[in-house]
Amino acid sequence: MTPFLLLQALVLLGLIVTAVLIISFKDLLAAALAFAAFSLLLSLEFYLLQAPDVAIAEAGIGAGLTTAIFIIAIRGTQRHEEKN
Amino acid sequence: MKMTKIVRTTADLFFPFCLVFGLYVVVHGHLTPGGGFQGGAVMATGTALLLVARAYDDVTGRIRKGAMKVCEAAGLLIFLCAGFSGLFAGRPFMANWLAPDGALFRTSIAHGPNAGDLNTAGLLPLLNVGVGIEVLGGLTVILLYMLSGIKEEKKK
Repeated sequence: MTPFLLLQALVLLGLIVTAVLIISFKDLLAAALAFAAFSLLLSLEFYLLQAPDVAIAEAGIGAGLTTAIFIIAIRGTQRHEEKN
Repeated sequence: MKMTKIVRTTADLFFPFCLVFGLYVVVHGHLTPGGGFQGGAVMATGTALLLVARAYDDVTGRIRKGAMKVCEAAGLLIFLCAGFSGLFAGRPFMANWLAPDGALFRTSIAHGPNAGDLNTAGLLPLLNVGVGIEVLGGLTVILLYMLSGIKEEKKK
């Protein structure tokens, strides 16, 4: 296996792990930060697939702005998910 | 939820670098990956960092809602004027009339690896700058409106 494929497999594994973490966290701030990590790994994957344009857009919008909007929304409501 | 002093100081330190990097992406839009939208989004991320780290009243001195609305309108105006300027030069709408015989940006980009001369590509840098200003203004206005809504919620 070449180092490139190994790196790509690692990034995809990290994407799956962070995606599972997003839906399993009950602390919404931690879930928002896991979503930021997911977006960052996704932009790295776009860069590996030779789409640097999309990678910059994903890092700016996904990892930066969406996380900021989520954190502002959490600040306006409550931090922890309610138990059923 | 109040942010700690560490977060606030980091945001203050990081804010100008974020703006400069966004401006770099915008200005090099016709040479490197990225362009007006991506650079504007990076600049808006810098302002979002400041908005997340601080309360609404602390931020309004540095990032004004009115100025950001002006930014959004000015970006759109630059884009439209650049588009319609082709008509006045006797060419179709959005024609790149600056590239062969304009005063600025007249040469075309060299093929292959080059030094990255910014004074190239005709109308494209103007369009990129317009889109960059517009995206910075629009996204910051969205964030400011969300933050101002929270302030009203706490007063009740």
